[in-house]
Amino acid sequence: MSNIVILTVVILTVVAVLLALILFWVSKKFRVEEDPRIDEVEKVMPGANCGGCGFAGCRAFAEAAVKAPNLDSQFCPVGGNETMKKVAAILGYEVKEQAPRLAVVRCNGSCENRPRTNIYDGSMSCKVKAALYSGDTGCQYGCVGCGDCVAACQFGAISMDPSTGLPVVDESKCTACGACAKACPKGVIEIRNMGTTPRNRRRVYVSCINKDKGGVARKACAAACIGCGKCAKVCKFGAITIENNLSYIDFTKCVACGQCVLECPTGAIHAVNFTPKKVQPSPVKKEETNE
Amino acid sequence: MDKLLVSPAPHLHVKTSTRSLMTDVVIALTPAILVSILFYGWSELMVLAVSVASCVLTEWAVTKFLLKRPSTISDMSAVITGLLLAMNLPASIPWWVTVIGGVFSIGVVKMTFGGLGQNVFNPAIAGRIFLLISFPVYMTDWSMTDGFVPVVDAVSGATPLTALKEALLSGSTVSEFFAESGLTVRDMIQDVGASAGEVSSLALLAGFAYLLVRKVVKIWIPLSIFATVAIVSGIFSLANPDLYTGPVFNIFTGGMVLGACFMATDYVTSPMTTAGGIIYGIGIGLITMMIRYFGSYPEGMSFAILIMNCTVPLLNNWFHNKKYGRP
Amino acid sequence: MNKLSFRIGGVHPADNKFSRERSIETLPLPKTVYVSMAQHLGAPAKPVVAPGDKVKAGQVIAEPGGFISAFVHSPVSGTVKSVSMRNDLAGRPATHVEIAVEGDEWAEGIDLSDTLVSEIRDDRQTILDKIKACGVVGLGGATFPTHVKLNPAPGKKADCLIINGAECEPYLTCDYRIMVERPREIVVGAAIMQKVLGCRCVIGVEENKPEAIAALRSAISELGYRDMEVGVLKMCYPQGGEKQLIDSVLRRQVKSGCLPIDAGAVVQNVATALAVYEAVQKNKPLVSKVMTVTGNCLPADRMHNYRFRIGTPLSFIIEQAGGVPEGAAKIISGGPMMGKAISNLDACTVKGSSSILYLDAESTKRKPAGNCIRCGKCSDACPMGLEPFLLNRLYKAGDIEGLEKNAAQDCIECGCCLYSCPANIPLLDNVRQAKAQALGAIRARAAAAKAAAEATKK
Repeated sequence: MSNIVILTVVILTVVAVLLALILFWVSKKFRVEEDPRIDEVEKVMPGANCGGCGFAGCRAFAEAAVKAPNLDSQFCPVGGNETMKKVAAILGYEVKEQAPRLAVVRCNGSCENRPRTNIYDGSMSCKVKAALYSGDTGCQYGCVGCGDCVAACQFGAISMDPSTGLPVVDESKCTACGACAKACPKGVIEIRNMGTTPRNRRRVYVSCINKDKGGVARKACAAACIGCGKCAKVCKFGAITIENNLSYIDFTKCVACGQCVLECPTGAIHAVNFTPKKVQPSPVKKEETNE
Repeated sequence: MDKLLVSPAPHLHVKTSTRSLMTDVVIALTPAILVSILFYGWSELMVLAVSVASCVLTEWAVTKFLLKRPSTISDMSAVITGLLLAMNLPASIPWWVTVIGGVFSIGVVKMTFGGLGQNVFNPAIAGRIFLLISFPVYMTDWSMTDGFVPVVDAVSGATPLTALKEALLSGSTVSEFFAESGLTVRDMIQDVGASAGEVSSLALLAGFAYLLVRKVVKIWIPLSIFATVAIVSGIFSLANPDLYTGPVFNIFTGGMVLGACFMATDYVTSPMTTAGGIIYGIGIGLITMMIRYFGSYPEGMSFAILIMNCTVPLLNNWFHNKKYGRP
Repeated sequence: MNKLSFRIGGVHPADNKFSRERSIETLPLPKTVYVSMAQHLGAPAKPVVAPGDKVKAGQVIAEPGGFISAFVHSPVSGTVKSVSMRNDLAGRPATHVEIAVEGDEWAEGIDLSDTLVSEIRDDRQTILDKIKACGVVGLGGATFPTHVKLNPAPGKKADCLIINGAECEPYLTCDYRIMVERPREIVVGAAIMQKVLGCRCVIGVEENKPEAIAALRSAISELGYRDMEVGVLKMCYPQGGEKQLIDSVLRRQVKSGCLPIDAGAVVQNVATALAVYEAVQKNKPLVSKVMTVTGNCLPADRMHNYRFRIGTPLSFIIEQAGGVPEGAAKIISGGPMMGKAISNLDACTVKGSSSILYLDAESTKRKPAGNCIRCGKCSDACPMGLEPFLLNRLYKAGDIEGLEKNAAQDCIECGCCLYSCPANIPLLDNVRQAKAQALGAIRARAAAAKAAAEATKK
């Protein structure tokens, strides 16, 4: 009996030693030399692997950052300035502070504003629907409302508002990674500065991308930009351009004075995070136009 | 005129639905169920009812309280799991054992993987094996026969396979066993003391024929199982007729027909291609025969199916349909 | 008589050819027609008329916009009102020429009589030129310019011309009607294409159209064509798919990524054969064709097979046929398996229009999708031998490499997978996207390889 016990112990010990030697040899032989700073940088990254920076994931970003001569061409939208400062500290680079950004849904074609003309009965995918036809409203540019952006968002920052059928971006959760903008087959979502300065969160944007002529656009949607150009005329900062019957506000030039919001006849220009006193918020205007 | 529907093509759809397919399987099981009630009486009906109810209720509860999804019980798949599980249980089994089996089958084997279509193992089989290991005494007691028609009680209180195993262990030969028990081929096909699913191979085969006619399942998996069992047992019984039983005995006992026709052909846990299905069937046949001949369990169908269930993802990966215009 | 069929997959929807006994009627002229410039596969045509121009029926109003493109002719006589953007039946804008109809005067040199001209006088090149000049495109659905298809690249030779009279789509009867009513013209049209290609010819017709088979057979024997025969096909969808038809008739399969001509076959629809006959023998451009108005919620007396002028608004045809019937939930242009749901009834007919099909909600409304039960019915149904459930999964996982490996690019979008799925999973919706992604990856690679090759040359 004791023979068996001893034999077992001996055999197991020999096997263990052999395996340990093999493991040791393999780890020596196949060791990959890597800049230890890559690991350090990766540690301070948010770890979402969202691809918002343009790299395949956080590690790819870290590898590129370590190799690059400076950090000018790289920015992690999720971690923002905080993370970039940490990365810069590890690598000893300078980093320019960037204004925080977020995703903006540039369509206000709610069920009310944009009556449905047919019923979509295919699979709930914006890609499928957009590939099939112009959509279940008269507007062939706007949101098709199947929620590809919601599915694309890793941060739970976008949800569909059942009352309007449009996606809503949660300002506090959005990291401006741009996944939703990429997922949208209609190009409705734009990544814009969160506010006119890095600190405030006031922003003004045209909530429409309809390029049809005014009459056609208006017929399809009560909240459409009709390209009338009043906003461009009233803007003192040259931030507004009209192209293809559509107004566009350059967020790098806009100071959020709110004049264009007052001027817009359809309520297509939205102002967010303004104190109600200064500017009439757009919902009031919308109600007027709906009457 | 209301607003028009718009969707991508095609604009038509077959009448067949998941539910109708599952209903077909229930219909196919009906003859065997009726026969077993005939032999085992109300207690068998009780087992069936408890099993189905516990399966359906478990699925309902899991979808409602744990997954918080719309209920999926209307697709009838839980009913089938319940029926198949019950058909693997003896009529004398206490009701709470059946409930445990049902909860395990659906709650653990099916729903933890994500419900219908996601499970790796056949829920009814896994449930049966779970019970067999946990409650071996209850699971192997086939003595109750208070049916409307007397069952051929060839080997009182045990299935033919169990009795055979015991006989062989005690040193008798196959022919001695048959002579002693008086078991004939006719008994094996028509009615033999065993679980509901084993009692009448004829009724099961009739149900399977219905599934074939309705094109619910394909014949390849059962066929390859039967062929493998026949070939393996044929070779062995020719080599040593004293130790090894022949093809007919092996095919018509031990839930072979139920397993091959209704459990191995479960869509979710069987390969999707014909070639894969044949390999899968051969595997089941081989493993079953190895367990029966050399293992300590008298029968091996359930274990064989469960083991081959593991290979299904691989088989699906290896075997693909012939594609048009490609070698 | 052995019936021909393809060897992989296929489904059997009820054929529902309710309108088969309705003879072809000529639809009255509408007040205005809108002729699309994008009614064929390839580059849109370039309009050559301006508002105010007087045009006659059969006069060229647009020229091909590229190699794969086609002439467009005025279907009516009248005045060009505008050349502007207008939405097609899917609500997408395309350039349309608007013509106000005035009388019915035809351009010169067009033979409008019904007399059969069976003698083929023109040589190969003249025939091709005539087909091109008359704007003939494939009328089976793809609207590929016929003159391109009949003129294979150098070194490629067809040994069989297959005329597709399968009409495997349920409900549709327009091809059936022309086969029954104008078999001799179709046969001459086929003979013309045979002359161009220099090969034998098989006309494939599904077994559910015995009258058409008989009519074509007697026309062939009447005209004494030797190397032309009618092949009886089994009723199985998609029997009329180009690749399936080649497999059925020739027992040959077109290699993945190749054209039918690589398998020695050219497939043309019966309606195309008729258009070729009219173009070559009668000098008549493709300005009219036959369409079916049918459905499962339409009273039998309101079903029609109409000969219409291309460019007629759909709303006009619907009105002529008595309006949208009670209970119609979906209006489809084309067959129920591959046709397009119409979202814009103001759209106009194009060369590819083959039907207006009304389906009720019960038969066409999609049911909520359940879990895949891995029954494999989609793979069994797929005529290309693909595994739609797998492609669906790979698409959702974003695995483009896997899609390519599993031949997503081979999908012919016939709809068998979605049709047969018991769990109502929108397989084809996703597989169609998957196909586009796989094709995109293949093309991107080809473009990169080409660029690299050119770079090394320099």
